[in-house]
Amino acid sequence: MTVSGSGPTPGAVEGSAVAPTGAPVRPGADMFGAAAGGDTSGFGGLVRRAPLDASSPRPFGTWFDDAVDALVDTFPGFGDAVTRVVVDRGELTLHVRPERVAELCRHLRDDPDQRYELLLGVSGVDYPSTAERFHVVYHLMSMTYRRRIRLETQVALEHPHVASVTGVYPTADFHERETWDMFGVVFDGHPALTRILMPDDWDGHPQRKDYPLGGVPVEYKGAQIPPPDERRSYA
Amino acid sequence: MTISDDATTADPYAATSRATTEGTVYTVTGGDWDSVLGANLDEERIVVNMGPQHPSTHGVLRLVMELEGETITSARTVIGYLHTGIEKNIEYRNWVQGVTFVTRMDYLSPIFNETGYSLAVEKLLGIEAPPRAQVIRVLCMELTRISSHLVAFATGGLELGALTAMTNAFREREMVLDVLEMITGLRMNHAYVRPGGLAQDLPPGAVEKVRDLLEVLPARLKGIDDLLTGNPIWQARTQGIAHLDVQGCLALGVTGPVLRSAGLAWDLRKTEPYCGYEGYEFDVATSTDADCWGRFLVRKQELFESLKIIGQALDKLEPGPVMVEDTKIAWPAQLALGSDGMGQSLDHVKKIMGTSMEALIHHFKLVTEGFRVPPGQVYTAVESPRGELGFHAVSDGGTRPYRVHVRDPSFTNLQATAAMCEGGMLSDAIAAVASIDPVMGGVDR
Repeated sequence: MTVSGSGPTPGAVEGSAVAPTGAPVRPGADMFGAAAGGDTSGFGGLVRRAPLDASSPRPFGTWFDDAVDALVDTFPGFGDAVTRVVVDRGELTLHVRPERVAELCRHLRDDPDQRYELLLGVSGVDYPSTAERFHVVYHLMSMTYRRRIRLETQVALEHPHVASVTGVYPTADFHERETWDMFGVVFDGHPALTRILMPDDWDGHPQRKDYPLGGVPVEYKGAQIPPPDERRSYA
Repeated sequence: MTISDDATTADPYAATSRATTEGTVYTVTGGDWDSVLGANLDEERIVVNMGPQHPSTHGVLRLVMELEGETITSARTVIGYLHTGIEKNIEYRNWVQGVTFVTRMDYLSPIFNETGYSLAVEKLLGIEAPPRAQVIRVLCMELTRISSHLVAFATGGLELGALTAMTNAFREREMVLDVLEMITGLRMNHAYVRPGGLAQDLPPGAVEKVRDLLEVLPARLKGIDDLLTGNPIWQARTQGIAHLDVQGCLALGVTGPVLRSAGLAWDLRKTEPYCGYEGYEFDVATSTDADCWGRFLVRKQELFESLKIIGQALDKLEPGPVMVEDTKIAWPAQLALGSDGMGQSLDHVKKIMGTSMEALIHHFKLVTEGFRVPPGQVYTAVESPRGELGFHAVSDGGTRPYRVHVRDPSFTNLQATAAMCEGGMLSDAIAAVASIDPVMGGVDR
């Protein structure tokens, strides 16, 4: 069985279950103790394919090629600022260096060929197995051209600093505060980077993968049910 | 027992004061004003804290406002009082179980949360729900939009003193919830829309019940229209209040009725159709007032547009499956109504327990382990009653979501509070927040 999707999956290596280094794949653990893959039923017949740390091959398809070409021409130092261009499931992602995010956002907003007027949010993803574990993701929308684009940047735990985009998109205020609150990523240039969802005196950043979920065992019909993060995982 | 002299003369409720670098700061609650008015105040600068437990703040929202007289010079929103860690919890459940968590976020529009989440999972899987499921999703979403907007009128009206708007709108909302209860089994927190389709098909008699509702509701909605639209007090409290133009909306990321009330006809159902919305005839409600009044007019028109969509959805209903046919994704248990309520059908239990060990294993694996989702990330968005509800879902190839972030419209729209309130009157701050219509369950997640 395969559920690999109808869209192009760039960087996918057909038939290879080996994840390249830096890929966000957790090693499988199975309840039956099987060593190789742990799939005893054939149920999980999906080949685990991790996205490569490389750009998608050209052509990207639809409007993506033209848009990226236009950016290469008009944005100074595009090759330096944007490390990867990934097209997956019909979505365009530009991987940007953290210190260049605000600059690129300003260009994307103001350039007449781009016109990304609306920032829909900033959030984070934690990949603790990689060196630059915190990914910060921006979703932009061009109402003029009805296009969406995703910017992604990654920082390490030792220096979790990203340029704030509040100067370009004031709506990033709450979103960057939430990302700071949940992941501990510092947005340089944010007017008041304080906690937003957790209490002000809270320790730790809950959305990090090494932050425990917490919970207590409960008794149900005489049996002890462990808290969710201690239950059997099939990941 | 003797009562000391001190205890009888000292007022235990008197306002406390402390000296700061900016002069004496009095902390005042309830009926302490007498003791402050007795003090010699150099300037009249008052910081008012409203909420999080306040009947006019639309939920557990806290407003901290600085006043000069009755004019607001600074308004800050403080949120987080309803944070439940839904995004964290989802990472410890499988992809299907995620539905039961997201449905509890924006509790006034649960079907939208479920549909947005399911569309994200379906995009990751590369599947599409069958046509009948799409139509029923649209049907339920528009029913929910009506019930949600009715609450916007009810609580908004209540906060501005229109008690009858509250009682009437909640009464009409209950009729809509009755229909949703019949379809999904619950008034709220339905967990009805699942990745791949729906939990179950429409029950017998549901279509007739929706048609009955379509007969009754227009007159009832007209009643609320009559109650509020021509009311001079309602007009005075909303017209010209909390102005925010298109430029301000876009800078602050505001979407939904607030953006449309500023004149921009931006509705994802038209601009990026999903669930087959391109096949429905309806208008995008707009206004050019850009104030609380305009937002009221937009929501009011959207009620009637939703009725139009529901009628068309009923006509589009064709018999067919409501779940993808891939049995590695579709929930194996066929549900049926038993003596103790909805549960697994006895036929299915008989099959897996009596005749097919393979079916039993398959059932067990799919329920306990869940299906695997190819690695990658997607962003999908639906037009919820409050604006763009976006889901950023990341999979690492496992049976559990690696990360799900929800772009909740209430969370983003609340940032407009300062822009709408500052420079206005304290009483208008209530109207401003009510016109944003934030749902704190969605804001704090």
